[in-house]
Amino acid sequence: MIDKDNFEISEHTSDAARIRLRKRYKSERIFKLLGQGAIFFSIGFLVLLLSTITYKGLPAFSYHFVSLPYDMSELKNSDEAMLKKANYDSLVRTAIRSQFPQVTARKDKKLLSSLLSSGSPVVLRNQVLKNPKNINEPINYEIPISDFADLYLKGQITSDSFENKTDIGEINKVKDNISITFENDIFVNIVTLVTKRIQSEALAKHETIAGAQRSLEKTILDIKHINNQLLSGNDVDIERLNKEKLHLENKILSLNVQIADLRVEASDLVIRSTLVGSNGDKITSEDPSILIYFDQSIIKANFVSSNKITGELLMPFAGDIPQKMDKWQLRYIDTAEANRKFSDQEIIWTEHLVEKGFVAKKFNWIFATKGASREPEMAGIWGAVVGSFLTISITLALAFPLGVAAAVYLEEFAPKNRITTIIEVNINNLAAVPSIVFGLLGLAVFLNFFGFDRSIPLVGGMVLALMTLPVIIIASRVSLRAVPPSIREAALGIGASKMQTVFHHVLPLALPGIMTGAIIGMARALGETAPLLMIGMVAFVVDIPGGVGDPATVLPVQIFMWADFPEPAFEQRTSAAILVLLVFLILMNAFAVFLRKRFERRW
Amino acid sequence: MSNKNINSTIKMRGKNVDVFYGDKQALFGVDLDIEKNQVTSLIGPSGCGKSTFLRCLNRMNDTIDICKVKGEITLDGQNIYDKDIDVVELRARVGMVFQKPNPFPKSIYENVAYGPKIHGMANSKEELDKIVLKSLKRAGLFDEVKDRLDDAGTSLSGGQQQRLCIARAIATRPEILLMDEPCSALDPIATAIIEELIDELREKFTIVIVTHSMQQAARVSQKTAFFHLGKLIEEGATEEIFTNPINKKTQDYIMGRIG
Repeated sequence: MIDKDNFEISEHTSDAARIRLRKRYKSERIFKLLGQGAIFFSIGFLVLLLSTITYKGLPAFSYHFVSLPYDMSELKNSDEAMLKKANYDSLVRTAIRSQFPQVTARKDKKLLSSLLSSGSPVVLRNQVLKNPKNINEPINYEIPISDFADLYLKGQITSDSFENKTDIGEINKVKDNISITFENDIFVNIVTLVTKRIQSEALAKHETIAGAQRSLEKTILDIKHINNQLLSGNDVDIERLNKEKLHLENKILSLNVQIADLRVEASDLVIRSTLVGSNGDKITSEDPSILIYFDQSIIKANFVSSNKITGELLMPFAGDIPQKMDKWQLRYIDTAEANRKFSDQEIIWTEHLVEKGFVAKKFNWIFATKGASREPEMAGIWGAVVGSFLTISITLALAFPLGVAAAVYLEEFAPKNRITTIIEVNINNLAAVPSIVFGLLGLAVFLNFFGFDRSIPLVGGMVLALMTLPVIIIASRVSLRAVPPSIREAALGIGASKMQTVFHHVLPLALPGIMTGAIIGMARALGETAPLLMIGMVAFVVDIPGGVGDPATVLPVQIFMWADFPEPAFEQRTSAAILVLLVFLILMNAFAVFLRKRFERRW
Repeated sequence: MSNKNINSTIKMRGKNVDVFYGDKQALFGVDLDIEKNQVTSLIGPSGCGKSTFLRCLNRMNDTIDICKVKGEITLDGQNIYDKDIDVVELRARVGMVFQKPNPFPKSIYENVAYGPKIHGMANSKEELDKIVLKSLKRAGLFDEVKDRLDDAGTSLSGGQQQRLCIARAIATRPEILLMDEPCSALDPIATAIIEELIDELREKFTIVIVTHSMQQAARVSQKTAFFHLGKLIEEGATEEIFTNPINKKTQDYIMGRIG
């Protein structure tokens, strides 16, 4: 403890000073907390962003492929030209239909074929042509399943549940339907589901009635208004008003009829909703689908009461229709059929293929190696990756040397006068110009004036180079300026020329900073969309670009395009493309860090 | 001015040197002779213009845009501010050691070898090695660094770095060595080593040293010039200046009354 007697109160130990000191510490603590808060906030958002994109995008990297046995007997002993011309469309169709001999209706056959990707004939053809000799052997060629089937198999269309049952039911065939009767009321749950749906329909009807009544009241008011006008007498077009009045009166009549009808319908619905258990009612596509699995058959329920269910066969019985059933399963498919684009029938067929072992989840090589396509299952990222690579290469090859040379000249050699000041200011201004303006410039200069082709990486790279130049110049000048003047003096002092001073000493020291700036500029260019839209790099390019003169698209533009497509499978691909872009950006930044570390160690 | 009027022992001569930084005049009509194989020290309080004068001698002031030099500075009778004088050649002849040790961020070897390399003084690697070793030895650094010539020059201690800079400066075999407060960042032991070194180097080089320490000036130099407020107040043999200064200002400074 402080010895009070010997302790002298000074300016810095008085109570007031102590309070001031505490205040200083307090503001320091608050600042620290705010800083930590800001960091946690940003990290939180970053994690949220990355996890959402990863969660959404990762499934796109795998896909379900179907390997059916194909009947290639017709193609046996045919030469390559014949193989090229063969009808792979029908081969694929025959292959899948042979798995479902019970499907005979034309509409069903078409639905069945749609289970496979519409691109599968092409995929099959490519595989056959790759190894023409293989057609003489029984090979199960691998073709992509349809995008919705893939989504379903990934569990992204609906959830479902099974219940095992042992109640004994009596099976009857009623016209095309199968009806099953039980002794006990075992379908109470389903009855409740249907009842609730009917009740909500009744509610909706009541709302319609309320609406009709509002419009009725308004019409009555309108008529009153017209009557008043007619009574006041002066300056009115009596004929027109009478006509209008008549029209409104007719409207009232029809509204009254409509309301009466709706009331009847509503009360019908209410009555029906109380009788589902006893009389039974329809299961519609608005309800969750109810399937009954027995033996090998699958029955889709379309009518239910407490102890009886009726439905159509989605999969046939193995033999004759049995009279009784004991061990069976009840399946609920939670999303109503009306709310998804993958019907119960398609679900059953897909699952049948899976059961038979024809379907396998594999690495999505189509996504990894192909170019753009309107079909999500045939669309790939590789075209955009190559396009981005070519574009960025051009950008780097143009912007880096030009930018560094400009920076070195301005910083080390140029006289400091009005002209260099103006140039300096304008370079800074250029860095702030919106990127789409560079796109316009590219359109006007490179396409219209110089006559380059549209959509090619060469032009894209040049536009992005223009955009990146000021960034690189500014970053380079900053790092050149950061080189201590003592190094320049040392070199000049032993008789190095200006050029030698710059290239032997100043530039190597500034290089890590210059490269960091350049790579950040490149990363910005890699993620740039707007200027490339202007020069036509939004084109739908199916082929993988082979050089800087081939039409191409780039990753961000591909993302932009896919995000616009309505198919839900493209949503996955959009996220997956974002992941790919992020990986590239992270790799580039890691490379920048690596370069910097390496050079810093050396110097 | 013709060469005949110049005393053969005078290496450099400043004549009526005015220096301006923009509108501000930093030196006023300085006349100073630098004698061959002598150490000339420039003393004076901060901002008196002694460093400015030193930097005029190898035209390091050229790097400052706003700096203008008037008057004449001759090296072996030739005005170094003449148009046909090559600055690179001049700086090879007039080497410089700076206040703060500023080795290149390269290896010790590279630091010393850089000057000879750019001036093409060595035809082979062996010759270059020889120059580097000789320079390091002459700078008294060789024994300390002989096993780690490939280490970074910046990894040495302050005193060693300054000796490395001296080795680097003498490796180009200049005729004159300018030293701008070479010991101001060093401890007394490192200072002593460098002072000894300066004394040895005098045999081969003409040395001009700017220093704040009057003891140092007294110890190392044969000739001393005292600057004050941009003017050369007094110059002469070091002994004379320190024991028997003529000017009152010189007296005051040496006695520690101004500074």
